[in-house]
Amino acid sequence: MKRQRLRQLKERAIKAFFLANGLLSIFVLLGIFALLLYTAVPAFRDIKIGEFLTTKLWDPTSPLKPVYGILSQIMSTFLVTVGALVIAIPVGIGVAAYLSDVAHWRVREIVKPVVEILAGIPSVVVGFLGIVLVGPFLAKISGQSHGLNALNGSILLAIMSLPTIISISEDSLSAVPQAYSEASLALAGSRWQTLIRVKIPAALSGIIAAVMLGMGRAIGETMTVLMATGNARSFPTGFFQSVRTMTSNIAIELGEVPYYTTHYYALFAIGLVLFIMTFIVNLIADVVLRKYQEREL
Amino acid sequence: MSNKMMKIAVVIQLVIALAGGMLLLGQKMLQVKGSDTMVNLVQILAEKYMEKNPKQPIAVLGGGSGTGVTGMLNGTCEIANTSRDWKQKELDQAWEKGIKPRFFAVAIDGLSVIVNEKNPLTKLTMDQVGAIYRGEVKNWKAVGGPDMKVSLYGRQSNSGTYVFLMEHVLKNKPYSTDMKEMNGNAQIIEGVLADVGAIGYVGVGYIVDKETGKPMKGLKVLNINKDEKAEAFSPLDKAAVDSGAYPVSRPLWMATNGTPKGTAAGFLAWIVGPEGQKVVEAEGFYPVGGKLMEQNLKNLK
Repeated sequence: MKRQRLRQLKERAIKAFFLANGLLSIFVLLGIFALLLYTAVPAFRDIKIGEFLTTKLWDPTSPLKPVYGILSQIMSTFLVTVGALVIAIPVGIGVAAYLSDVAHWRVREIVKPVVEILAGIPSVVVGFLGIVLVGPFLAKISGQSHGLNALNGSILLAIMSLPTIISISEDSLSAVPQAYSEASLALAGSRWQTLIRVKIPAALSGIIAAVMLGMGRAIGETMTVLMATGNARSFPTGFFQSVRTMTSNIAIELGEVPYYTTHYYALFAIGLVLFIMTFIVNLIADVVLRKYQEREL
Repeated sequence: MSNKMMKIAVVIQLVIALAGGMLLLGQKMLQVKGSDTMVNLVQILAEKYMEKNPKQPIAVLGGGSGTGVTGMLNGTCEIANTSRDWKQKELDQAWEKGIKPRFFAVAIDGLSVIVNEKNPLTKLTMDQVGAIYRGEVKNWKAVGGPDMKVSLYGRQSNSGTYVFLMEHVLKNKPYSTDMKEMNGNAQIIEGVLADVGAIGYVGVGYIVDKETGKPMKGLKVLNINKDEKAEAFSPLDKAAVDSGAYPVSRPLWMATNGTPKGTAAGFLAWIVGPEGQKVVEAEGFYPVGGKLMEQNLKNLK
């Protein structure tokens, strides 16, 4: 009798422990959001929100008059991220499809861990490659004198988000029930048709999740873009221009800024905007995913 | 995991945490922070000093002059390195917090304007450098160079050199937004080495190859003159920098809160002494003399 009670108690304690762990992540998220809001809002005592979002010039240390506008930075982040996705999505899904459907199992056993190791390369190292390898190459093909531009950042970020996209897409392709492809083949579908019209649509929710995670990595990455994109504050007009993304601007200036000044608060305001942007991206992804899954059922 | 293993793991973690905590408490390092132009120099000064005084550990960090000032204001360093004077706003903030900065000029820097060696240009006036960095001159042709787009390399706004150039050469007007803002002197040099249309600015200690005493291969150091009529000088010309004939020279400062004490006092006294100044020269900068040195010695007491 006593033993059983003890056991129940233990059971409950364990449950409570895991509940606490689950809640912790929610509290941490809420805490970060609250802190961000708390340090970002004072910026708008001195800056108008509309101006903050629509002005192209960011020059808080200007000798004339400080200007706080992040439109160029938003555009730069957008440009670099979209560029990265345009490169990474086709390549990533291609590799995933190859690994799950075409490659010999031995090849897969070797290639997949190698791809996953790629995710472990520190971002400074990737950034360095951008300076010494990708930069000069881009300079040569574009006829410009240097290659520290948005395209350089996009290429590097594509490389960095590939492991995520490949690994998760491959998992979801492999998780498609065998019966689906067998049915397709039985109806005289070729392997190509089976892959494109049956397996990829069936695994789409996983693939979209993979792309979104890869995008999350790209949009938030700091060190690599900081090193490879040149950090010019101009409004970007093309991929061959030096750009400064929101993350690199925060990284560049937060170490230097005197605490509790408008400039300091403005940097947190950029962080808040970035947070809201990624939140919206995730929300859209979630809605799309759910819609898709409902249709499937 | 079995219960026993769990317990062992917990004990090990506790021990590690305790040991880490004790290490942090036991070691009292002198924290020096600030100017990236000065970080290599001060690092070497600290190493030489520690060779003789092994019981006085010193940690040197870069980041930029602004980082040093902020570090002192926020209490994260005892000595702040700056390659520019403190701004009035910073001094006010310091006094508000009860910090009374004392300044020591530890070296003289000839701020060097560099281009790629393939650029045939050899000299620029102060005004031309200003116009280039303000973005008014976009092609090398306008200042007597080849028909080629100017590609600007500079530092970030937390850099003392950035502020110094803005105040003394750009005449307090903002930099062009097309300037590529690099993380440090070394990165500017990397950029200029790879870019034929490049112009960059760095501390003189960064362009001299320590072994040969000559400027690095692939770089060209421009001679600078005050105006069209004046003679142009190189920052590598010691006499010109000393006499002020080279127009963009500046003292490099280390600041303490009040009279330096303990390790900081010993370190600063050694730097401004003959041994320290010899190291300054070996690193490509110029030793401090005259009035600045008198001021240093006064501030030590």
